[in-house]
Amino acid sequence: MVNSSIYPVKAEVKSLNFYYGQVHALKNINLQIPEKKVVALIGPSGCGKTTLLRCFNRMHDLYPGHTYSGEIVLHPDEVNVLSKDVDPIEVRMRISMVFQKPNPFPKSIYENVAYGLRVRGIRRRSILDEHVERALRSAALWDEVKDRLHSMAFNLSGGQQQRLCIARALAIDPELILFDEPTSALDPIATAKIEELTNELKKEVSIIIVTHNMQQAARISDYTAFMYMGELIEYDETGKIFTKPSKKLTEEYITGHFG
Amino acid sequence: MDRVDHIVRRSRFFDAFFAVVGGLILVAVLIVLFVLIGDLFYRGFDRINWQFLTSFPSRFAERAGILSALVGSILVLIVTAVCSIPLGIAAGLYLEEYAPKNRLTALIEINISNLASVPSIIYGLMALGLFVYKLNLGQSILAAGLTLGLLVLPIVIVTTREAIRSVPQHIREAAFAVGATKWQVVRDHVLPYSSGGIMTGVIIALSRAIGETAPLVTIGALTFISFLPSPPLTPEPPFISFKWLMDPFAVLPIQMFNWISRPQEGFHVNAAAVGVVILIITLGMNAAAILIRWRFRRRIKW
Amino acid sequence: MMAEESRKSRPRFKKRSLLYSDSRFGRFRRWREKLIELLLFLSAFASVAITFMIGFILIVESIEFFKVVSIWEFLTDTEWTPLFAEPRYGILVLLSGTVVTSFVALAVAIPIGSIVAIYLSEYASSRVREAVKPVLELLSAVPTVVYGYFALLFITPLLQRLNDEIPGFNMLSAGLAMGIMIIPYVSSLSEDAMRAVPMYLREGSYAMGATRLQTALKVVFPAAFSGITAAYILAISRAVGETMIVAIAAGLQPNLTFNPLDSASTITSYIVQVTLGDLPHGSIGYQTIFAAGLTLMCVTLFFNVLGHYLRRRFREIY
Repeated sequence: MVNSSIYPVKAEVKSLNFYYGQVHALKNINLQIPEKKVVALIGPSGCGKTTLLRCFNRMHDLYPGHTYSGEIVLHPDEVNVLSKDVDPIEVRMRISMVFQKPNPFPKSIYENVAYGLRVRGIRRRSILDEHVERALRSAALWDEVKDRLHSMAFNLSGGQQQRLCIARALAIDPELILFDEPTSALDPIATAKIEELTNELKKEVSIIIVTHNMQQAARISDYTAFMYMGELIEYDETGKIFTKPSKKLTEEYITGHFG
Repeated sequence: MDRVDHIVRRSRFFDAFFAVVGGLILVAVLIVLFVLIGDLFYRGFDRINWQFLTSFPSRFAERAGILSALVGSILVLIVTAVCSIPLGIAAGLYLEEYAPKNRLTALIEINISNLASVPSIIYGLMALGLFVYKLNLGQSILAAGLTLGLLVLPIVIVTTREAIRSVPQHIREAAFAVGATKWQVVRDHVLPYSSGGIMTGVIIALSRAIGETAPLVTIGALTFISFLPSPPLTPEPPFISFKWLMDPFAVLPIQMFNWISRPQEGFHVNAAAVGVVILIITLGMNAAAILIRWRFRRRIKW
Repeated sequence: MMAEESRKSRPRFKKRSLLYSDSRFGRFRRWREKLIELLLFLSAFASVAITFMIGFILIVESIEFFKVVSIWEFLTDTEWTPLFAEPRYGILVLLSGTVVTSFVALAVAIPIGSIVAIYLSEYASSRVREAVKPVLELLSAVPTVVYGYFALLFITPLLQRLNDEIPGFNMLSAGLAMGIMIIPYVSSLSEDAMRAVPMYLREGSYAMGATRLQTALKVVFPAAFSGITAAYILAISRAVGETMIVAIAAGLQPNLTFNPLDSASTITSYIVQVTLGDLPHGSIGYQTIFAAGLTLMCVTLFFNVLGHYLRRRFREIY
């Protein structure tokens, strides 16, 4: 499964197991995330792709009864983000996330984007301004909102809200961004915009995206991981997964036999 | 077939009968309540004038006023608010956002729901034993404010929890995902977005405290007091004085209670007038609470 | 040039090779989080401390009382004259007043409150319901001393017009005022419980040809039983613990009677009567109010425990 073509490596998942209480949700996952590429996680509902995604920034720590074993090593400093010695807050400062449904805070557009900086104690207006503008530009939202930065984020359309959430995730200069089905609540035009955006973003940052839409995975990702029942079935370059997968199960899934 | 027809007709009749009787009883309840309140206003409203609001109690009904009781109520309410609001909100936050699911948490939760149904006079007895004698606060504004603060604490806790619960989880996750700590999530998101509901609960709790009589009788509120507590602001440095906390006091409902208990008709009019003042304050606070809840609901739609 | 400038303006946190678990910033933050959590926990735990203090004060003062008066005498004597030269301490006398006034109040509040709840939940249009509920809730905010005024100066004269032998202080008018006061509690909580019954249960009943009344009484009411019980229990503890109405309208003579037209003192109004006077701290008269309070606490605690038990026993599982 370890693919020597993946270089340089941004993050490395090593024999990761995850449990929701007694339920064994992820079974011995091994995976390498390349630097500045898009990795798609696909598979039928309940296969564990979102669970795996949420391990990267330790979202599971928010709820009792969730346990990990194994490692996720972040390069180049080789820190195991799942280690008990590592503060999950600090993991989330380096690995940010965009959720399924746009979830802006009921605050102004500016404050939404600046929030990740504010929680680190950054108050200098000039630094905030600079980061907010850069994040909004990177999220292709700047031109639409630059005249109303201080109006409520709720007044934006669904697609704009999701791009705002992307800007919020970008503002903290993350090394890795996790996308959890970011377009599932959006219309096709807004979806196309976000897909375009990921192509731009990967020049700057590594991306992992969970999607239930195989066409989307094929369109935007460089590598694709197919998961089934909590196991990683196959992981390879996207082109290879969708043209000549090496596992029978993968082929059945991408040809629409189940899922 | 005849029998079925009969049964259907009979049950239809009872159904229609209840619709009428239930409606009438509901209307009757509302009428009774309005008549009682209307009667109070009818008897007391005309007595409310500047003299009534700015005079001390007197042996003569027509010269008596509620100044000391009004000031006493306000000061006691300030102490109550200072004691119950931070404590209640903090407890609600802990139980909703922090508490692990264990026996201690369960104990605290059961305990709070039991405290809510402890009769208010029991709080008065506790305050009499604890604040007045054991802690030596005497029959003071401080003792009264603390008593009412503890009495309304469960209301503040319960409404705070309800308000916090209405903040959706995905907002918390969004804040955690950019590296906020638990306290930052609470301070920057949970509290601001639930502040409408919390404020509603606080106002309802304080309106309850304004009308509360029994526990203050128990700790020894005065009914005839012809001086005001020491002023909170002084001309000499440090300009702020807390001497008033230890002063004796009267409050509005106790003034009303005292006047009801007198045989003379004139004092009954005075009692009705205080009743109107108390009702205007409590119902006004409750209406404000409903208004705040409604406005916040309109402002933030999840 | 451009590149250098943008690098310069980059904030410091970008320059890092390690997660800052060991940095002073991280340590300070974690320390602050722990401290805040501790403070919040102490606030929540304060409620337990309050309960403990209530129990402690009542029991400590009552122990002093029971050193002088035996529990047997306290529970069986039929006279309550603690301030007389030959004091007698029979709590039954006060208890009878509490029972009679509460009984009158509940006889008013439970049937009427339940009917109003059924009507609002099953019959009234949503517009009527939305209009009436806030009004009822507003009325439950009326202070009890105001209800005491109603009882003494409105209800009693009304009763005396019907029957001029009724004394100026009587338990009936106190009980009636209390009943009116409690109606909103019963109707509001029962209605909430009935509205929580899912629609499909009602539809099942309607599909069998039942009328609204039959559905309400045979399906919705039983399904909401635990919530309705909670409402009734709350009504009972309100009635038993109510103080000002009885202190104002029911009279202050201890009187072992079950006739609501009599004047009698209750546990709560006795406490008010004693504390209005000047009993010296530490005297036996002073201690009687704690013994009376302990009795009251036991009664309400009994109903609370009963309520918990019933709710658990009959918890609805939809």
